[in-house]
Amino acid sequence: MNELKQKIGLGVGVALVLAWCLLPVAWILSLSFKSQAAVSNGSDPGFLPLDSFAGLENYRAVWEDDQFRRAIINSIGISLIATVLSVMIATLAAYAIARLEFKGKKMVLTTALAIAMFPVVSLVSPLFDLWRTIGLYDTWPGLILPYMSFTLPLAIWTLSAFFREIPWEMEQAAQVDGATSWQAFRKVIVPLAAPGVFTAAILTFFFAWNDFVFGITLTSTEAARPIPAALSFFVGPDPFQRPASLLAAAAVVATIPIVLIVLFFQRKIVAGLTSGAVKG
Amino acid sequence: MTSVVATPQTDAGDVPPEVSERVRHENRLGQRLVAPAVVVMLIVTAFPILRALYLSFYSYSLTAPDERELIGFSNYVTALTDQLFWRDIGVTVLYMVVTVAIELVIGFAFALVMHRVIFARGLIRTSILIPYGIITVVSGFAWQFAFTYQNGFVNGWLPFIDADFNWFGDTVPAVIAIMVSEIWKTTPFMSLLLLAGLAQVSEDMVEAAKVDGATWWQRMWKVVIPNMRAAIMVAVLFRALDAYRIFDNIFVMTAGAEGTESISFLTYRQSIEQFQLGMGSALAVLLFLSVLLVAFTIVKLFRVDLAQARGE
Repeated sequence: MNELKQKIGLGVGVALVLAWCLLPVAWILSLSFKSQAAVSNGSDPGFLPLDSFAGLENYRAVWEDDQFRRAIINSIGISLIATVLSVMIATLAAYAIARLEFKGKKMVLTTALAIAMFPVVSLVSPLFDLWRTIGLYDTWPGLILPYMSFTLPLAIWTLSAFFREIPWEMEQAAQVDGATSWQAFRKVIVPLAAPGVFTAAILTFFFAWNDFVFGITLTSTEAARPIPAALSFFVGPDPFQRPASLLAAAAVVATIPIVLIVLFFQRKIVAGLTSGAVKG
Repeated sequence: MTSVVATPQTDAGDVPPEVSERVRHENRLGQRLVAPAVVVMLIVTAFPILRALYLSFYSYSLTAPDERELIGFSNYVTALTDQLFWRDIGVTVLYMVVTVAIELVIGFAFALVMHRVIFARGLIRTSILIPYGIITVVSGFAWQFAFTYQNGFVNGWLPFIDADFNWFGDTVPAVIAIMVSEIWKTTPFMSLLLLAGLAQVSEDMVEAAKVDGATWWQRMWKVVIPNMRAAIMVAVLFRALDAYRIFDNIFVMTAGAEGTESISFLTYRQSIEQFQLGMGSALAVLLFLSVLLVAFTIVKLFRVDLAQARGE
């Protein structure tokens, strides 16, 4: 009896968690299928598109919008480059932190922590000024650089937690067994370290993809404007009426990469989030 | 060969020479490996914040860049004596305290469900990562549209709310709407950190308490929560500092109207929208200092031990 009650309770809990996570996603998805006319005159309120189903019309409009297409390219390019560079640099640093004793190690960890807590907005005016002076304003590198700075702490923390768990003696063991040091590194250490590096890369990518403050302040045209900034400036043909269903379609498109990454790498993300912050 | 990187004499005294050579080598290698990371982290933060400090003593507007003038602490005096600044600090602290408190409770409940559940583990973890990964701006839009009376579903679903109630017409409901978006998006992060903490609590201890006749409530308060204190504190610290810097949701949902503006938003508005770089810089410095103060207060108040939480 007691066990049954527990099972029911757990089932209700699971249902609540799923509803919490998916309901707003379902809502934006449903909104993206409503016709723009119905949304602007409010003729079809409610959760589902009942008599205002517009098919893929909004998605077609988003795809034909030049600014939005550019924004997707910018976001993918900038986030990927920032992720690769940041993870490479963080791997070096995390290796040193996990394996070597050196002066200033504490300082590095403290700096990383301080940067992680840094109020991004307080950099907006000096960076805006500086970037315009040195010509980085409204360019890809102008966003890649700040993204790297702000993802490095997360990447370093996650990676050093991972690296600490690697049995490094195995490298020597392989060498004793006749492997060259390069072979030992490639066949033993790389496979052990790869999951950690990969996890750090996913978390870094999420951060870069999500950034808004730098996106709106350090860009002014579609030359470098990323998706979140483009979404917020996306007004459509009538500036006095935000095209809710169009925006919803654009938002869905911007969410697809996140959903794909989550679907494929769910385990790795959870491991990364929990190992970096709390370790037993 | 002489090396520039000298080991301090206190160390050299009790370390044999050949070890000291190795220590020195390791020292140098370690410093070289972390150098790029440190440089990149500081380029975009240390220099600009020092520049902000410098500019904050000037009257400097982008609309009239040639009339830059040294005015000492005037910007600070103006900011600190303005009611707007204190109102925005108050609103920001309100966002932080309310969202983190609610997230802690809901996040803990979610963590318990995820910890206990045996079926559909993958499905739940995948679902919970979607709000975590989704762009904050998208979350802001989704909730803004959900709360509007023309198209949203919130008014229809809440029985005690009129169908034409305007959530964005007054401070309190607008703040609530912003908080809902913030809480929805960040609770998963909180629950995953708490889940990691829960995994560290020994099952035997909980079982023992159960055998001794402790109720579920007692087991939670006396056994589980004290044993995952470090995880809770780290989660609270990270989330609180994040919530204190709230910006995206406000920008998208109200653009700071109806007194929903946070201190981050005020700083942004002064520097980017009004082109007041001098005043904006002063606010940036004040924002920076206030974050430090919040971090310090939380660490002291809750005695957060980051080293212990990392298992060092």
